[in-house]
Amino acid sequence: MSNEIELIKDPGLPAHVHRRADTDPKAAARAERQVAILFLLSALGTVLLVYSYLFVDEDLFFFIPVLGNTNAHQLGLGMGMAIALFCIGAGLIHWAKTLMPDEEVIAQRHEFKSEDEDREDFVKTVKAGAAAAGLGRRPLIKRTLGAALGLSAISPVLLLGDLGPLPGNQLKTTSWKKGTRLVTDPGDRPLRPEDLEVGAVAQTLPELQPGEERTLSNIGKDAVLLIRLRPEEFNLDAERLSWTHEGIIAFSKICSHMGCAVALYEQQTKHLLCPCHQSTFDVTRAAKVIFGPSARPLPQLPITIDPEGYLVAQAPFNEPVGPSFWERSS
Amino acid sequence: MTARERIAGNVAGYVDDRTGAAKWMKKNLTKVFPDHWSFLLGEICLYSFVILLLSGTFLTFWFDPSMREVVYEGSYEPLEGLKMSAAYASTLDISFEVRGGLLMRQIHHWAALIFMVGIVVHLLRVYFTGAFRKPREFNWIIGVGLLTLGIVEGFLGYSLPDDLLSGTGIRIAEAIIQALPVVGSYLAFFAFGGAFPGEAFIPRIYTVHVLLLPGIFLALITVHLMLVWYQKHTQFPGPGRTEKNVVGYPLMPVYMAKAGGFFFIVFGVTAFLGAVASINPIWLYGPYTPGQISAGSQPDWYMGWLDGLVRMAPPLETHAFGHTISWNILIPGLILPGIMFTLLALYPFIESWATGDKREHHLLDRPRNAPTRTAIGAMALTFTLVTLLNGGNDIIATTFHLTINQMMWFSRIGVIVLPPLAFVITKRLCLSLQRADRDLVLHGRETGRLVRMPNGEFTEIHEPISAEKAWLLTSHEQLAPLELPEHDGGGVRRPGAIKNKIRNRISRSMATAVPKATESERKELEGHH
Amino acid sequence: MKRLSRLRRHRATGPILLIFALFTIGTTFQVASAVDAEQTTTIAARSAAIDEGREIFLKGCSSCHGLNAEGGEIAPSLIGVGAASVDFQVATGRMPMADMSTQAMRKTPVYNAEEVYALAMYVASLAPGPEIPTEEMLNYERDGSTAEGGELFRTNCAMCHNFAGQGGALTQGKYAPTLMGVEPRHIYEAMVTGPQSMPVFSDKTITPEEKLSMIKWIKAAEAEPQLGGAALGRVGPVTEGLLVWSLGIGLLIGVAVWLAAKAR
Repeated sequence: MSNEIELIKDPGLPAHVHRRADTDPKAAARAERQVAILFLLSALGTVLLVYSYLFVDEDLFFFIPVLGNTNAHQLGLGMGMAIALFCIGAGLIHWAKTLMPDEEVIAQRHEFKSEDEDREDFVKTVKAGAAAAGLGRRPLIKRTLGAALGLSAISPVLLLGDLGPLPGNQLKTTSWKKGTRLVTDPGDRPLRPEDLEVGAVAQTLPELQPGEERTLSNIGKDAVLLIRLRPEEFNLDAERLSWTHEGIIAFSKICSHMGCAVALYEQQTKHLLCPCHQSTFDVTRAAKVIFGPSARPLPQLPITIDPEGYLVAQAPFNEPVGPSFWERSS
Repeated sequence: MTARERIAGNVAGYVDDRTGAAKWMKKNLTKVFPDHWSFLLGEICLYSFVILLLSGTFLTFWFDPSMREVVYEGSYEPLEGLKMSAAYASTLDISFEVRGGLLMRQIHHWAALIFMVGIVVHLLRVYFTGAFRKPREFNWIIGVGLLTLGIVEGFLGYSLPDDLLSGTGIRIAEAIIQALPVVGSYLAFFAFGGAFPGEAFIPRIYTVHVLLLPGIFLALITVHLMLVWYQKHTQFPGPGRTEKNVVGYPLMPVYMAKAGGFFFIVFGVTAFLGAVASINPIWLYGPYTPGQISAGSQPDWYMGWLDGLVRMAPPLETHAFGHTISWNILIPGLILPGIMFTLLALYPFIESWATGDKREHHLLDRPRNAPTRTAIGAMALTFTLVTLLNGGNDIIATTFHLTINQMMWFSRIGVIVLPPLAFVITKRLCLSLQRADRDLVLHGRETGRLVRMPNGEFTEIHEPISAEKAWLLTSHEQLAPLELPEHDGGGVRRPGAIKNKIRNRISRSMATAVPKATESERKELEGHH
Repeated sequence: MKRLSRLRRHRATGPILLIFALFTIGTTFQVASAVDAEQTTTIAARSAAIDEGREIFLKGCSSCHGLNAEGGEIAPSLIGVGAASVDFQVATGRMPMADMSTQAMRKTPVYNAEEVYALAMYVASLAPGPEIPTEEMLNYERDGSTAEGGELFRTNCAMCHNFAGQGGALTQGKYAPTLMGVEPRHIYEAMVTGPQSMPVFSDKTITPEEKLSMIKWIKAAEAEPQLGGAALGRVGPVTEGLLVWSLGIGLLIGVAVWLAAKAR
């Protein structure tokens, strides 16, 4: 036995197998009919689309299994378009498969690499061009060109300067000040402690002063969630306890993780859940994070009542609300 | 010559006089394209892109990319009289007042989802068959670029209507920008023209979504296709197929009909989805306000893995010297994805470094014949699947009566433990399949027919496989591992020895294979029967 | 070759068998997991509702809630919860609680309307609490505004119950149930009494008119057919993504395989 290992050889392209339509004229005629039917179906689809667009009532609904109550106008438009397009495609493909030549063709690949001669010529051309430009011999031109181009890159960046104001203090302040009343969202009604029962929540915003407008950007920082517990259920230090009033505690509704609205209050466990990334906060411990990716508790708004008995803020938030940022110190 | 032929000839001559197109057309109309269904996956992306352009242009005729406040006065009663942005109101109008508007919105959004699905399955096909190897590394990088840009474009697109769900997504994007060290708050204020949400964001992303990114897409897709055209498509191994040829069908008429037909199919399927399946019903979400949120808020599927990563991140933040760095946002939101996409883009170069293979490849690999590459792919897929599932953990929890807490821990542990497990299992599977191939070549196909021999023994008849099949199963190359020198002639350690040692190790792992059957072995066995 | 062998080797056999297997597994699972929750017990009615209520209470509720409804380790006190709580919990079948694990689920009620009323009167007699809203109080078609109700719903309810009232996840396996197919009376009572994990929505924070608007919106959402086609559960991008990855790419790859296959 020879020591050389003989590998299995390539038998070459297999013999061509003819399709029915290649040899049998009746099969070919049948295939042609099938293609024609597909194209005709497509035309019908277009007719359905046109008819639905012009004549089908837009308020007509009827029941279809799986889809439920379906709008006839929408379905007619959509299925008409779908059938029109799909059947053209199916017809073209069926035509190619059954009637167009399906003998495999072999083409040769060409080498991508240029001839060595061409490569050398390319290098020579580039070198000659560079020499002609003379950058190498003229350092003054090179340096000043570099400086000009480099500096010119500043302009487009600078011209974008008015894209936005500098953040300034905006990330660190809200509309809440000492004495700002908490009002319902929506409704703008001020609240008294007796308006909330134990186990109740209220969505609140700072009361608007006359002439003031409330924008979404305001809401994005000012939204506050009021929750009422029994005072003995709190597990807070003296200072934080003094920020509550008769068991009512107020937190920023803007999640300290990435800014979604946190208002999912579980009355029995006293947990707040943010539905975006499932950060869970313990209300009895000043919204301490007990699960999930948030790294900080929700800022607590100190509240008390004003002389008329309405709930008001004692002071602004003691820290910035919302997601973290570089300039945040804690 | 008929009159028609004469006119056609005149027109062709007219054009050729001015462009010299006849030569180029003649050569390219007969260009050969190999035929395999998996080569059509990239076309799904291409045609979806065209559908996006067409349906998107339709939408721009009615969409108002402005965040100024308007009061809704259209026909959808549950939102009557409510304040909302003009962007949201105009999207409602497209859905309810414009005939065909809702259908076009849905076709546009379904096409976007299909575009991204197409990119992923196309990427998987290219990866698992090794089509990214020389000379196609540039095309791979362009493809990864298209994937990344596609994710961004889709996100911006579904954020345009300014509804509650997409507005929540923008809030999270803003938090990621804001979390960047040093420049975060400045960049966020610049992007949004002030505090979130402001009034500038939707008009700005409209320009990016409708002009800048489509322009970049057009350019990248053109280069991507030109490279495929010029370099010729790869082909699966088989009888008659070599590294030096392309076996298939000519552009005209077969490929034109099939590929052209497939465009209509993709468009038809997309229209079908747009007709029967509701997508992004923004009128149910309501207009965006930062004070509202819905349970089960997720981004579109191609960003689900990002959401999943953010959800499972541990609550890490550093506070030092009056500054904060939010690792819980930066790691899952920017650093990990950055590493993943960079590794993905560089993979062709990593693999060629690991195997030492610098040659051109035009024949594809059957995935089983590249076990380490296939196992790495399975690993990446597992990672993506775990993060994707975690992105929908609340909906999965309510549907399957699990808890979000369980899902979170499963994901945190699973994302580290499951990918290596997938690697090992997949590699072993590939090697088993190689063994099965070898057995098939050497022993033939088990027919299931039993024969009793004169001496009483039962044997199963094995049918020898065809020459074509035998070639298919043994035509692949089995690379030898690298053996880079770690010591010089005198046995002294060379500088760069560690790099070579690592490279040797890796290439040994990449070269693991079951030796393929040879003609010699077959002949030897035949002698025994 | 025998016919059966030939059929076994037919190229369509694989797909057909697969479809058959999937269908069989699917329907078997459906049937096996159908929860059989039929329970029919009726207790003979007595004259005074409160007396009747006490009887029912002692028989069916006191083992967890205490002989005097004072509560205990496994169940809270019912003193002061009011008729509304009882009507909500018992008429929706949540109480008596069958499975003590996570939370009380809506199921087929054990007690009929008369018995529920009796129980409610008994518990209401223990201490003042929220009352069952009357028909007049629940005329949401007349007194409510759909659009305003939607705004209120999205601000107060969507974070637990999802934007379309389909329900959502809470922590540790608890969940906010779907609001579809819930009686307006029970929606109102739930808001007022705050059952289990749900917080209370007091009448001053959400006025009775506002509550009616929310009910009107919920009912409108329930009745509204999905305009664009199949609603896919009204849970958002998750099911939409599932559909493209199953039907969408499935159809396209199916056509691609057909396209590249040789014609006969």
